[in-house]
Amino acid sequence: MTAIIELDHLSKHYSPAIIGVDDISLSVGDGEFLTLLGPSGCGKSTLLRMIGGFEEPTAGTIRLAGQDVTALPPYRRAINMVFQDYALFPHMTVGRNVAYGLKLLGCSELEIRTRVYDALKLVGLYDKLKLYPHQLSGGQRQRIALARAIVRRPKVLLLDEPLSALDAKLREQMQTELKRLQEKVGITFIMVTHDQTEALVMSDQIVVMEKGRIAQKGTPQQLYDHPASIYVANFIGTTTFLPGAVEAADQTTARIALGGGEIAANIDRPFARGERVTIGLRPEKIRILAEGETAANVLAGRVSEVIYYGLGLRLGVTLADGSRIFADLLLPDTLARSQVPPVGLAVRLAVAPHNVFVFAGEEAA
Amino acid sequence: MSALRRHLPAVLVLGIPLAWIVLFMLLPYGILATYSFWLKKYPTFVPAFQFGNYLTLFTDPQYVLVLLRTIKISLLVCLASLLLAYPFAWFLVYRCRSAQIRTWLYMAVIAPLWISYLLRAYIWKTILGTEGVLNSFLIWAGIIETPSSIFLYNQFSMVVTLTYIFIPFMVMPIYTALEKIPANLNEASADLGLGPWRSFWRVTVPLSMPGVAAGFTLTFCLSFGDFVAPFLVGGPDGNLIANVITTQFGSALNWPLGSALSVVMLVVVLGVVSLGDRVERRSAAGGF
Repeated sequence: MTAIIELDHLSKHYSPAIIGVDDISLSVGDGEFLTLLGPSGCGKSTLLRMIGGFEEPTAGTIRLAGQDVTALPPYRRAINMVFQDYALFPHMTVGRNVAYGLKLLGCSELEIRTRVYDALKLVGLYDKLKLYPHQLSGGQRQRIALARAIVRRPKVLLLDEPLSALDAKLREQMQTELKRLQEKVGITFIMVTHDQTEALVMSDQIVVMEKGRIAQKGTPQQLYDHPASIYVANFIGTTTFLPGAVEAADQTTARIALGGGEIAANIDRPFARGERVTIGLRPEKIRILAEGETAANVLAGRVSEVIYYGLGLRLGVTLADGSRIFADLLLPDTLARSQVPPVGLAVRLAVAPHNVFVFAGEEAA
Repeated sequence: MSALRRHLPAVLVLGIPLAWIVLFMLLPYGILATYSFWLKKYPTFVPAFQFGNYLTLFTDPQYVLVLLRTIKISLLVCLASLLLAYPFAWFLVYRCRSAQIRTWLYMAVIAPLWISYLLRAYIWKTILGTEGVLNSFLIWAGIIETPSSIFLYNQFSMVVTLTYIFIPFMVMPIYTALEKIPANLNEASADLGLGPWRSFWRVTVPLSMPGVAAGFTLTFCLSFGDFVAPFLVGGPDGNLIANVITTQFGSALNWPLGSALSVVMLVVVLGVVSLGDRVERRSAAGGF
């Protein structure tokens, strides 16, 4: 895959103390859906705005299809942006919003018409051509903003928290719709979001950002199943962190003392014997063992809390040393009262060695 | 008894303003309108119902001329204010990065409103007069040799003075309108390939129209009714409609004619206000 966007040691320092983006190098493949994910203030929006040309980097270069565009203003870049609150022109109809600036591209009257038609057809809102933005719903406005950006056939489309203003139901629906649209038009999408579900559902590649730097880059599965740090494991999905100590380790596996017991874990880097580590466990990867069943890793404890969330139950289990982990129990059938484990029940939990995250250091997030 | 007590607050809340409007607005306007149909009969005037006063106004070129001149001066004041106020407000909103400096500059425009109106008009006499600041400067700079009297006592000095006095009323609404335009609209315009100049004409200007309309209305109406500036800095050809009205109620002792003039003036002002209001509403609703 050829790179469409290449960022080379890109930085934005507002002052020596206030750093927006710090020395980021990143390459985005042509036709990819890449998401910049992170909490507010991690520099993801600043990075996006620099790619769009709305902020000037203090160091580094931005290349678009091999061409250095670092010093170009937004109106000279073949990049378009869908703004967070859509930024539709309130004094223009939907049609004129979408056609905005097409004349400057050298399009004929007829071509403008066809292009506007195609773009609005794509988002399913051609019948709204003559309406004003204030006459549309939030979801419709969002699609018009999308149509307005796509109609110019940019090399890259930037999306700044495109779904954050929509309600939960609509947001879910738009996630798949946006993904489908991206595959259809084949334009590279770079999206900024703080919503991990959004990132997981839509992206080919996710870049998790922390304090202006890249914490980890990878496919959704890579990030979810192999988080590189406590920060990433904490940000994507739910993780319980527990302090542990390495009892024994070779190249690929380690035995770790944890919660009054001991478990085996797969590792991808060497750990020394006696090293203090932080163990991360995902609730949905933990299984409750039936009477007499055995598994590679067994942790014994007592149920101390039961949370019902529709899809299943989340059990808080207190281990022998008093630390607590969570285990999910899916409910494929309607919840019968008898199935709910009572608080105080002794349970045995199993977790496969490849589902145990081992992080160096003791600091639990 | 209890009904009275229950309705008392409503009666007070609505009644007092209503009484105020009837007593101090509708009643005087009514009296004015009534007078405008009366007949002048030396040395006073007698009640009548005839359109002689209005006929005089629209047939005597003297009055038509004054009316047209007043409209012209007011429009010039509006235009001059707009050309000065718009770039200033635009600079404050888009280019002035320090909030403190912005506040100071804004206050610098508003502050003169706290000074006596008469004084502000009078200042221009000392600036534009033959012994004034402008002449002294031009002589010092070697541009002219003897003091010139072309700056004062004409329509130019009147437009300058009125522009100076009423420009805050143009700056304030335009500033507010510009400030309300979301920043990302200009970014979106740049994103869609328009340079700053084109973006200004297609986004900033149309979206600030409500402010321009409000500023235009205020400035026009205030200039239209002004009679002090013509009195202080206007020349022999600087009589405005308000001066004529003053004269009719004063030395000419022709109240009916003065009343008719006032009614005409009121109609013009109300026309401008409703026009401005319509422009404001239309552009605010997005239906440009």
